[in-house]
This record gives sequence, structure tokens and C-alpha cells, in this order.
Amino acid sequence: MKRNWGEVKKNKWAYVFISPFYILFAIFNIFPIIFSIYLSFTKWKGTGPKVFVGLENYRRLIADPVFWQSIRNGFIIFFLYVPIMTLLALVLAVILNAKFVRFFRVFRTMLFIPYITTMVAVGYVFRMLLNAKGGLFNTVLTSIGLPAVPWMENIWWARVSISLLIIWAWLGYNMVIMLAGLQTIPKDLVESATIDGANQVQAFFHITVPLMRPIILFSVILSTIGSFGLFNEVYALTASGQLGGPMRATITPLVYIYQQAFRNFNFSYAASISYVYFAIILILALLQLRYFGRED
Amino acid sequence: MAVITESTLIKKKTVGKKIFVHLLLISISIFMILPFFWMLITSLKPMQEVLHVPMILFSRNMGLFNYSDVIDRGVWIRLWNTFLVSFLATVLRLFFCSLAGYGFAKFRFPGRNILFSVLIASMIVPLAVTLIPLYIMMVNFHWIDTFLPLIVPGAASAFGIFFMRQYIRSIPDELLDAARIDGCSEFAIYGRVILPIITPGLISLGLIFFMQVWNDFLWPLVILKSPEHQTLPVMIATLTGQASTVMYHLQMAVSVISITPLIIIFLIFQRRFTAGITFGAVKG
Repeated sequence: MKRNWGEVKKNKWAYVFISPFYILFAIFNIFPIIFSIYLSFTKWKGTGPKVFVGLENYRRLIADPVFWQSIRNGFIIFFLYVPIMTLLALVLAVILNAKFVRFFRVFRTMLFIPYITTMVAVGYVFRMLLNAKGGLFNTVLTSIGLPAVPWMENIWWARVSISLLIIWAWLGYNMVIMLAGLQTIPKDLVESATIDGANQVQAFFHITVPLMRPIILFSVILSTIGSFGLFNEVYALTASGQLGGPMRATITPLVYIYQQAFRNFNFSYAASISYVYFAIILILALLQLRYFGRED
Repeated sequence: MAVITESTLIKKKTVGKKIFVHLLLISISIFMILPFFWMLITSLKPMQEVLHVPMILFSRNMGLFNYSDVIDRGVWIRLWNTFLVSFLATVLRLFFCSLAGYGFAKFRFPGRNILFSVLIASMIVPLAVTLIPLYIMMVNFHWIDTFLPLIVPGAASAFGIFFMRQYIRSIPDELLDAARIDGCSEFAIYGRVILPIITPGLISLGLIFFMQVWNDFLWPLVILKSPEHQTLPVMIATLTGQASTVMYHLQMAVSVISITPLIIIFLIFQRRFTAGITFGAVKG
């Protein structure tokens, strides 16, 4: 114990250096999280006294169809964009990693630029492009003889629209990460497999994908958290009409929390939603870690 | 003879493949750039031509009038706000993250592993959980409608500390020991030895922070109430709320002003930026 204290004293500067994080973390994370538990057991509209109501908010939550709809939407949007985006990012990374590709830098830049730009801004651009009448997408579709698509007016197409925007914005980011991962895989491994008679598709699924599993896992977990926490995309595509519409097809847990807290001022109810939401994404992340992390 | 035909066949196949791959890359790139092109031409159009049926791509009526309109609505003060908040938040984060990164990378102190685990675990807490209690806290602090909530609570980013720790670990201990023998204090070592070496890492991380704060939307949306305190993303979103029609023409002018600085910074520092993005993901 005495020796331990000596170690502490000797390293006192280390504690000083790391302390800002823990001080800020305690004030702006730990305290609010604990306060929020208390809040979720009360009824409070933002002003006046907080009335203790026990599990009332959670009871209401379990019976709230909009909350369950928001969770379902998180799953649906996840399945609409994550498999396509992840596979496309990996394929593009493999292609760009090939020696014969010209203008590598130009292509990488073009793909990556959506990631750095303001989501709200490009969200409104997509809203214009997707507009049923006079929007670019439908104008192109009808001009080549295809039927116009009710993009943001139909519940399923609205989810497809959100997914399209997400894929556009995040494809380059995922591709760049996978590209970096690919560069850690020895090239001769894939080459020797192709010499052994495996074609490139087989080499891709049997060598590249297993070796890239940690990176794919990283990207899938980020996307899971991302699809339940979608806000900017939904706001840009649906606000000033029905936020999370049409017919609540694109309402996500974070959008619902925002609506309950900042539009309806049900702060205590919103706090209980955020807890259940947190529990769900924590479980999902752990399940994914187990599923992808096995055999290691 | 047979050999020749076979090899030319393979060659033809690979040429075909090359053309296919490049066509694929070009079409995806066009899809990626298209929204920016659309943003730009819309910002030059009068309102009634934005969603005109049939669609109008270019017209004689295009001009810079939307820009003078948003200037009248105070776009410059919002640009300044966005820049100020992003700059201050980035500098403060870089300072705290590099300091803590140094602490974790170069000292073996009691409790280090537990404290580091707490740091990593804190990254799992999503914004949604702290959004409401933190907002109530900001109300009690009387910080609503100021820039402090955008700068102070996030000033020590766990991701940034992790990033800096990985970066500083590669600095040889001998360098630090030599400085200690010369009588440098630990803080002087940080300032004179560590900081110059980690400058490339600071630039990478700083670019990520700057971009994040610049583009941040939900938190500024609930915090910044008065129009003259808004940041650009909030201005874009609230331009719609005021009238019954969505004012795409004005939103696009503000959008162009919002994304242009980021694109210029990105094109200048592209290598540092992608290095930062991949360093966090691949090492983590």
C-alpha cells in the first residue's frame, strides 16, 4: 500500500494530464445519466415541480405503438442499407486496391467527399432530387419510360429514400476504412490463391472477407448505432411536413426522443425512451460482437 | 497457334474487365458529385424554377440573387459563429486529448488500466441518452443560446484520447528521459518534446474534430435559440420553418457557403484527413 502511494506520487503529473477528461465526464455524462434515471420516474413538463410517478413512464412506453414503430424502423432501415453499403464498400475497396486502376486518387476523393459535407445541406438536396413532381430522379425515370416513384410519399419508398441518402453519405467513409484494412493483408495471399485455381470471386469470399472481419465488424457496429440514432437525415427529408413521416415510416428512436422532449415537452417520458433505446443498442452491439468475434 | 488465341482471349477479357471497372467507378463518382452540382445550380435559380414541371436545368434567369438574399438574412454572422465554435472546440479538444494521451501512453501509474477501460466504455454512451438531462443542465447553467454547450461538454473526447495515446506510444522513451535529465518538467516535456513530434497527428485529429463540430446539427438546434447565434446547419434547417413553402433556393445558397470551406480544407489536407480516419478504425 505504501509502495503504491509512492507510485501515485511519482506519477502525479499523469493524473493531472488525464484529469480533464474525468472531470468533464463526471459533470457532463455521469451526472446527467443518473439525473435522467430519476427524471424517468417522474412526470415533468419542463417547468414546475417534478411529480414522482414510479414506473408509469415505462408502463406507458411498453404500450406506446410509436416507440415500437421507431425501433422497428431502426431495424428496417438497418437491413435496407447496411448489407448493400458494406458489400459495395468492400468491393469498391478491392477494386481500387487493384494495380490496374487509373486515377486512384481522383476516384477515392470523389467517393469520400460526401462524408465531409454537412448532412443537413445534402439532405435537403436529396429531398429536391426525390421530389415526386419535378425532381431529377423521377424526371429521368419517366424520360426512359419507367414509372415515376412515390419516393417520400409511400412508407416503403420513404425508407428506401433514407437508405439511399445514407449509402451516398457513408459509402466513401466505409470504403476508405476497408481500403486501409486491405493494405494490411499481404497481397501474395490473394495472388497465390488465384494461382491455385480460385477465381477472383472465390478469393474475395474465402480470403479477403475473413481477413477483413474486424474491420467489417467495426463498420457494422457503427452502422447499427447509426441507424437507430438517425436524426439529421430524417430531419432534412421530412421536417416542416410531418417529422418522421410519411405515416411514421422513418421515425427513429432519436427522432422520437427529440419530438417528445422538444416538441411536446415531455422531458421525463423522453428520458425513459432514451433508457430503453440505450439498452436495445447495447444488446445489439454485444450480440454482434459475439457473432462476429467467435473463432478468434 | 492455339496458345496465341488463348492469350489474346485472356487479354481481351482483361481489357474488357478494365473498361467495365472504370465505367463502374466513373458512374459511381458521378452519382457522388451529382448532389453538389444540384446544390450549386439550385442556389442560382429563382424560386419558381426550382421544382418546375417540366424540370429546368439551366435558364436565363439564373444569378446570384439568392446569395444577396441570404446575406441580408445574416449568413455571414452564422458563418462566423460556425467558424468560431468549430475552431475553439477543436483547439480545446486537441489540447486535452494530447495531454491525456501523453499521460496514458508514457506513465505506468496505479489505476491506469481501470481508468482506460472507463474511457473506452464511455464511447458507447450514445448522444440520445445524455441529450435530455444535458439540455436541462444547460438550462440551469444559463448556457442556453450561448456557444459554451457546443464547446465545453465535449472538450475531452474519449476517441481523441485513444487516438493520441496510440500516436504518442510510438515516441521512444529515451527522448523523454533525455529531456528529464536536462531538468525539464513533465509539462515542459509535453510542450517541447511531445507536441512538435505529434503535430501531424494533431492535424489529422483536428481536421476530424473541426468537421464534426462544423456539421453538428441536433445539439446546436436545441441549444441556439436566437437567429443571430445560429450555426450554418441550423440556419439551413430553420429557413424552411418560417414560411409554409420549403425555400430550397435560399437553403442551397447557405448550403454552398457551409460546405465550401470544408471541401477546400479537405482537398488541401486530404492525406492527413484520411490518415486520421483510418488510424482510428484500423488501429482500434
